[in-house]
Amino acid sequence: MRHLLIAIIATLLSCTGAFAQEGAIQPVLQNHQAAIVKSSRKTIAPAIDAIASSGVPQAQQVLEVWAAKNMWMRKSDGVFFIAEKAEDKTYRLTDFDTGQTIDGVLKADLKQIKPNSGIRAMIGTALVRFQLMDADKDKRQDALTSIERDPEAAHLAPLRASIDAEPDAGLKAQKQRLERLLTIGYDEDTQARVDAILEMSGDLGVDVRATLNPLMTTTRAVSAGDVPQGLNIAQVLVPGKEDFDTEAAYELLVKENLAAPRLSSGEMRAILAEHIDGGSIAGVPVAQMNTLENRSKAYASLAAEGKVPPLVTDETIQAALATHVFYDVYSEPSAEVTDAAQKALNDISVNVGMNQALDLTLDALSLASIYFLAAIGLAITFGVMGVINMAHGEFIMMGAYTGYVVQQIIPDHTISIIVAIPLAFAVTFAAGVAMERLVIRWLYNRPLETLLATFGISIALQQLAKNIFGTQARPLTAPGWLDGAWVINDVVSISYIRIAIFILAFIFLGVFLFIMKRTRLGLETRAVTQNPRMASSMGINKDKVNMLTFGLGSGIAGIAGVAIGLFAKVTSELGSDYIVQSFMTVVVGGVGNIWGTLAGATMIGFLQKGIEWLNPSNTLAAQTYMIIFIIIFIQFRPRGIVALKGRAAGD
Amino acid sequence: MQRSFFAKNPSVLVFLALLAIFTLVVTVLSEGFGMGFISTSFIKTLGKTLCLCLIAVAMDLIWGFTGILSLGHFAFFGLGGYMIGMWLMYERTRLIVVESLSQAEIPPTSAEVVDAIGNQIFGVVGSSEFPLVWAFADSLFLQLALVVLVPGILALVFGWLAFRSRVTGVYLSILTQAMTLALALYLFQNDSGLRGNNGLSGLQNLPGVTASQDQVSLWFLWASAFALGVGYMIAAWVVSGKFGSVIRGIRDNEARVRFLGYSVETYKLAVFTLTACLAAIAGALYYPQAGIINPAEIAPIASIYLAVWVAIGGRGRLYGAVIGAAFVSLLSTWFTGGQAPDISLGFYTIKWVDWWLVLLGLSFVLVTLFAPKGMGGLVDLWTDRRVPNRHGADLGPDDGALREKEASE
Repeated sequence: MRHLLIAIIATLLSCTGAFAQEGAIQPVLQNHQAAIVKSSRKTIAPAIDAIASSGVPQAQQVLEVWAAKNMWMRKSDGVFFIAEKAEDKTYRLTDFDTGQTIDGVLKADLKQIKPNSGIRAMIGTALVRFQLMDADKDKRQDALTSIERDPEAAHLAPLRASIDAEPDAGLKAQKQRLERLLTIGYDEDTQARVDAILEMSGDLGVDVRATLNPLMTTTRAVSAGDVPQGLNIAQVLVPGKEDFDTEAAYELLVKENLAAPRLSSGEMRAILAEHIDGGSIAGVPVAQMNTLENRSKAYASLAAEGKVPPLVTDETIQAALATHVFYDVYSEPSAEVTDAAQKALNDISVNVGMNQALDLTLDALSLASIYFLAAIGLAITFGVMGVINMAHGEFIMMGAYTGYVVQQIIPDHTISIIVAIPLAFAVTFAAGVAMERLVIRWLYNRPLETLLATFGISIALQQLAKNIFGTQARPLTAPGWLDGAWVINDVVSISYIRIAIFILAFIFLGVFLFIMKRTRLGLETRAVTQNPRMASSMGINKDKVNMLTFGLGSGIAGIAGVAIGLFAKVTSELGSDYIVQSFMTVVVGGVGNIWGTLAGATMIGFLQKGIEWLNPSNTLAAQTYMIIFIIIFIQFRPRGIVALKGRAAGD
Repeated sequence: MQRSFFAKNPSVLVFLALLAIFTLVVTVLSEGFGMGFISTSFIKTLGKTLCLCLIAVAMDLIWGFTGILSLGHFAFFGLGGYMIGMWLMYERTRLIVVESLSQAEIPPTSAEVVDAIGNQIFGVVGSSEFPLVWAFADSLFLQLALVVLVPGILALVFGWLAFRSRVTGVYLSILTQAMTLALALYLFQNDSGLRGNNGLSGLQNLPGVTASQDQVSLWFLWASAFALGVGYMIAAWVVSGKFGSVIRGIRDNEARVRFLGYSVETYKLAVFTLTACLAAIAGALYYPQAGIINPAEIAPIASIYLAVWVAIGGRGRLYGAVIGAAFVSLLSTWFTGGQAPDISLGFYTIKWVDWWLVLLGLSFVLVTLFAPKGMGGLVDLWTDRRVPNRHGADLGPDDGALREKEASE
């Protein structure tokens, strides 16, 4: 190390003293000629450093040429040139300093300098300082990106040097942030690192965590007697406490060659099998070897005879553990740094936790709006009319397939969505009205049979879709302006499609409220819901109102289908994926009230996301627990969150 | 005057006689017996159909007679299958493992045997430990008890929760469907302890039995026929007495029965649990014949098909349920098995594999609309039962009551 430093200093001195005034790079190269020609990774460092820090403008060019294997040496005097192959198999040499060219040099007079990949990487590192100061903004950005991807201690000094001269404000901020991160990782001054860590604590960036986490890496170690001094100990472990059991402790001892390995039952079995002697092992018959006690006994006799190593028993394990001490040691030697990093990580995790809660809330809201969209049509047919429509999911599917078909005809995604939404409404409205006229109106007094009849329609429609569109998923592509996500920071983000669905759900809520509270149809629907016979007496055409209400509910399911198809694949099973959740939403929310449906969707959305957060690896389990929760919830509020009161509640 | 049970229910005798004749004829014609007119695979299909008839009887009891449209009885069916499947799989694997370990120089310890079985069974889900639910898998007797106990207790707890909070009608249907879905989703997980979506397989091989599948399939046919006969008699006995009158009353107007002082919840709970146990027994006989059980069998759609069978057969009469289940499931096997001839329309060929479900769905709607009595209603033509002509006046206590359909002069 000292050797290297002296070499660098000597080079620096020689550069500044003798040659730098003249602005020539050749003398620097000549100083290190032997090292450059030898091209060994071990000895090249002073040469690269000398060139890079020579302050000569040509230095960057030299490094680039060198890395590209285009630097050649003239054998006669050892001068380095850029060489280009000319047409007549001779080479044209260009001087680094003067730019003069010499034509017609034969290959035999030259020697190509071929740096290996290790050296090229070192040259690349040295080049970074030039790129950071490059006049081209894109090159500076590239250099920063490459440092971010693969940070090294050597980058710190050139990065610092380049900050002040940086003209672009955005890049300057980026450089400053990167400088802080490199300081944390590589600065030699402990206090500077601690300061940098404290400065970055609470920052949400993934890069900060990526810098801090390696500082916290520990290795588990064991030593005889007391904990050795001079190590940055994270914690001392007691075997058998917390998540460090005696098995693991003993395994560690075995791994460090501090104890004899324990025999697994399979190994003992193999060893015993080797020592079968005429139908018995150490006097015990083989037939009795089917219990662990007999095997241990036989093995102990073998060990006593000295044929096998003695058995490692629980007592020997306990004794071995008692004489050793186990601890986790940081790979980072400075305790101040690890303490500061721990504190900063704690701050960050609190901050990340809060932001994750926000992200989870956004996710839950988005899921709730999807459930609301899927359930609102059902809330009309089931809630307002008391008709249970098992084919509701298939209406959602029909809407999605309508969107798909429209997209096949109109290639522009934006226009096709604008066309598909009213068309999907029209298709499913017609299907709903047809179903009401043909089937449901005969079954108004028999709700269970309505359930089954609509189920029959549901399986027929599903199979029909399968026959027409096939079983594979069909894409329904969102318009370009819905691609991407709204990114708030590294933790919180939400895709534009989900925002659009959220808005769509609100529009639906508004439309529904408007129809129910402000239009003639809504008035009549409410009247028929509350007292059908009285409504008829008042001159309301009950059949027509029922038909239109059912059509409306089905039509909304069609629009929901277009929306759902945008983020889920369109298959014939699309509807049945949502039907149970939709029913749950209506039942939990309370039948016959749109606010109840909203509350139900919100509750189920938040519940599902909450359970998924507790157990992120298992969405199946999340759904199971959610359904169980709903069954229990129904116990306490059998009529849902918003229960109707009075005569409208029925019974 | 006390008349005997059979005298009051002549249909039970007719049914049992037909079942006995059917079993006898099939046995005689089977490969296992030697005639070989009926292939072993078809014997299995017939045996499975008998099990489906048994669960249809259970479904008729709960839906046709008590008025609870349960969309969860296939969950009990599947649970019964899982319980017997655990023993079958454990025992068979144990025999294989013991056989292979006995080749080794040193005899295995019992712990080694259990470990090897665990490795064999749970290797597919990346585990080798026996989960807690397999605690009794080594005992046939306990596992047979669990066939009835596990679904029974599940039905008891679920029913108690549902009925005490007065969840009725379509709400209850959706709730039972949710329960089924929750169970199916739970079993789909690999760490549920029942091999995730691989399910349990190889159940057709009875451990320790060397007889060929020709013979075994016959044994199961007899067992299924016997179970169906006994189950039918239990169901007929339940609905024939005072208990039957009360549950029919609950079906037609629950509030009135409650006001008369009957504990409606207890009656419903008793029927719900009884039918769950019947369903579980049917499942325990079904899956050894099917050979494999996986969570997809429990999916809510299966329970809805069950309701479809009963509705097509004619709910509210036990033989209707049996006819419906046998007819629709056999027809379904025929159509989806690709045996039905395609119909060429010139521009399009109707392949029944694709169109059978459309036909089933639509015919189901038509039956619901135009023939609420189902196929069982045809029997009325033969027995010459006449419906009282009340000139349009209601008979039943409620709009949706079935009493109207059951009345006779």
